[in-house]
Amino acid sequence: MSQERRIGDVILNVENVSLSFGGVKALTNISFDVREGEIRAIIGPNGAGKSSMLNCINGFYKPTEGRITFKGESHAQMETHQAASQGIARTFQNIALFRGMTTLDNVMTGRNLKMKRNFLWQALYYGPAVKEELEHREAAERVIDFLEIESIRKTVVGRLPYGLQKRVELARALAAEPDMLLLDEPMAGMNHEEKEDMCRYILDVNEEFGTTIVLIEHDMSVVMDISDRVVVLDYGEKIADGEPDDVRANQRVIDAYLGVQHD
Amino acid sequence: MTGSVAEAQSADTFPKLLARNAKIRGSRPAMREKDFGIWQSWTWAEVQDEIRALACGLKSLGLNEGDKVVICGDNRPRLYWSMTAVQAAGGIPVPVYQDSVAEEMKFIYEHAEARFGIVEDQEQVDKVLEIMEGLPGLEHVIYDDTRGLRNYDQSFLHDFEAIQEMGRKYDADNPSYYVDAVASKSGSDVCIMLYTSGTTGRPKGVMLTNDNLIVTADNCTKLEGLTDQDSILAYLPMAWVGDNIFSFAQSYTTGYCVNCPESSETVLDDLREVGPSYFFAPPRIFENILTTATIRIEDAAKIKQRMFHYFMDVAKRVGMDILDGKPVSFGDRFLYWLGDILVFGPLKNVLGLSKIKLAYTGGVAIGPDIFVFYRSLGLNLKQLYGSTEASVFITIQRNGEVRPDTSGKAALGVELKIAENGEILFRGPGVFEAYYKNDEATRETKTDDGWVHTGDAGFLDEDDDLHIIDRAKDVGKLTGGAMFAPNFIENKLKFFPHIREAVTFGDGRDNVTAFINIDLESVGNWAERRNIAYSGYTDLASQPGVAELIQECVEKVNADLAEDPHLSASQIKRFLILHKELDADDGELTRTRKVRRNIIFERYGELIEALYSDKTNCEVEATVTFEDGRTGTIRADLQIHDAKTAEASHTMAAE
Repeated sequence: MSQERRIGDVILNVENVSLSFGGVKALTNISFDVREGEIRAIIGPNGAGKSSMLNCINGFYKPTEGRITFKGESHAQMETHQAASQGIARTFQNIALFRGMTTLDNVMTGRNLKMKRNFLWQALYYGPAVKEELEHREAAERVIDFLEIESIRKTVVGRLPYGLQKRVELARALAAEPDMLLLDEPMAGMNHEEKEDMCRYILDVNEEFGTTIVLIEHDMSVVMDISDRVVVLDYGEKIADGEPDDVRANQRVIDAYLGVQHD
Repeated sequence: MTGSVAEAQSADTFPKLLARNAKIRGSRPAMREKDFGIWQSWTWAEVQDEIRALACGLKSLGLNEGDKVVICGDNRPRLYWSMTAVQAAGGIPVPVYQDSVAEEMKFIYEHAEARFGIVEDQEQVDKVLEIMEGLPGLEHVIYDDTRGLRNYDQSFLHDFEAIQEMGRKYDADNPSYYVDAVASKSGSDVCIMLYTSGTTGRPKGVMLTNDNLIVTADNCTKLEGLTDQDSILAYLPMAWVGDNIFSFAQSYTTGYCVNCPESSETVLDDLREVGPSYFFAPPRIFENILTTATIRIEDAAKIKQRMFHYFMDVAKRVGMDILDGKPVSFGDRFLYWLGDILVFGPLKNVLGLSKIKLAYTGGVAIGPDIFVFYRSLGLNLKQLYGSTEASVFITIQRNGEVRPDTSGKAALGVELKIAENGEILFRGPGVFEAYYKNDEATRETKTDDGWVHTGDAGFLDEDDDLHIIDRAKDVGKLTGGAMFAPNFIENKLKFFPHIREAVTFGDGRDNVTAFINIDLESVGNWAERRNIAYSGYTDLASQPGVAELIQECVEKVNADLAEDPHLSASQIKRFLILHKELDADDGELTRTRKVRRNIIFERYGELIEALYSDKTNCEVEATVTFEDGRTGTIRADLQIHDAKTAEASHTMAAE
């Protein structure tokens, strides 16, 4: 595959970010960058600070030190809704869907930021609101088609199996047409087949829409197969950064994952 | 019917029929597909434009007279168009089961010497790429759905639309090409090659001519009075001969609209939305629909349940007679009418069957209970008996003469005879040309004067209705001399919703034994109601409660068999519940879900021996093939159960 072609300039730059909660240091002086169109993985053992890192990127946590630059705009502090309107969408480790709503409605919420009419217009469902609703419905249907969840379009999300809920969550994130997608353990708790499906979808999203993807994942083999570059965190510090093969061979990474005897 | 007879007669190929339809009903819908949540539709005129563009595109890509083109994917409009386009350009389409594993697919590409492939999506493209190396003859692969294929830069891969674009250019430069190419073909030319799944050996390529399909389709249309106002849902594999008749040939000859579902998982929803008037489904689908409905009724409020059961009893008593136009008392008619408003109508509506004028089932025997259930609801469900070699129809049940236990009378133009050994033979307009590159098999199956051996054993009753007993080669004898018809017994077992698959043994043995596959959905639901926890198929199958449940079913079958003087010796003595589901991917079933006995004998010999020993359990290891082609093993310790047999109620006076 011609990877050079699709990967562009740096879209996200993380510089010397540290994060502490009181006395607990979750992240210490982390720097890395993400290029446009690449699949970038953040891995590490439990409690390494992976989710905290993701939360900093989309503005949910405010880094105590350091800067995060997205699309050339630098933010020491950013609000989550600012991140979203700039084109960052995400999924969550423990699924945060509206359980009582259908798949379609959940995906439509992903379009919310793009809707211009206020809720009065929408409630009346008249004139321009109808036109807008139809446009967004079409966009939502494209995502549903893409992720092959047509059969559960009208099913209430709470009744779906876990693997499918994960896919609906990805659909909602995609419906926002993000430039960058943050995936927090998209494959956690899935069986082998579901994992393979999810990998396929992640690659397809990246290929089809050119979306930059930053993902956190436990499953090393999955990460090594699909990502272009990998950052490895351990105890809140960056211990490696590079292409999958280099990272795999890195002694510190092996130690972090397998444990090392302390004398 | 609108088309003039003269026109219909001159239209002896599918591209010609297409031209006729585009002319006389150009603005009527020919095809619909649900895409992006909306039903998109194409008129006959639009379909002709699409097909013409593709045919010219194939020509400019280098398709020659007589080239085979493999077509593989779900029921998508473009794949149906490909069939006609290939025919128009002088090629022969070869539809292949979309769930075939790469190796099976390779055999067909190789055997058919396909130069082109038209496939649905990335999944199918990947399969072709996997086998491409061993297929020097395969030159071009065209795909319908571009999703995920952006970075595939092989030069032999083409986007469907790009080929059509090429075709439009070619057509502009050579405006007479398409018309001449279509005119050069006639009814006696081979128009399609279908590979039969085959319960034994390698698949055989059945060559059917335009006449085979068109005359057969026309005869059925005449018999049943179908018109261009009808509609059908195309959801069965395109590689299966039935789909070629129902969703292709009959649509072309009659002009009705074919609806393609959104995806294979949404078929039941799409069925409800489309509300077709003509419907074919194998018994398994009718069973599934009924099982789902029954489960939902069990969850409904008490009053609704009582209403349902009351009116269903009314329907069972008089529904079939009303449908057959037999005399029924006024009181019962009134009750049935009330039931129709309160129960049957809404039920059929929920199932998507309210507009059905004609529904067929066939392939394997349908459970009498299930058959009676649908007919008593007022649904004109009829059985047919057919084969690929006959272009489907051998027998069809006639309106007003439908009985659950027969397959009906010979279809229009078809003659039947029963050979001395009980085998059914037929002759008719749909009889295939020959097997491709397999003269030996052709000679074995088709006599010089056109009679075809079906391989099924059966008999004609006093009304000339055909009864099918079993595959002729499967019928055996117990050591006591009594006849042993495995499929017959297995079907009886499978009529229970809890049993998905069964294999019986008995040829050359003292008594009959069986392997059972439970139905995960039905037994799973049963287990849930009793708070029995289980982790998966293997675990559920080994639950002692499940064994008792199955034992009840087996004993009911035994009681049933005891009633029949010929079969009372075939009662099932011992059985076991298999630890894995029999699967086509493991080669244990054909793609049309028929049991491959020789494979079962080979693979489970140890278990069969255990059934005929005193053992009460047997340890096994089985190989399973996952969907991606990797294999794994399942280990289990299987319990063997004894079933009570009933006393034969008749003494076997005749023997």
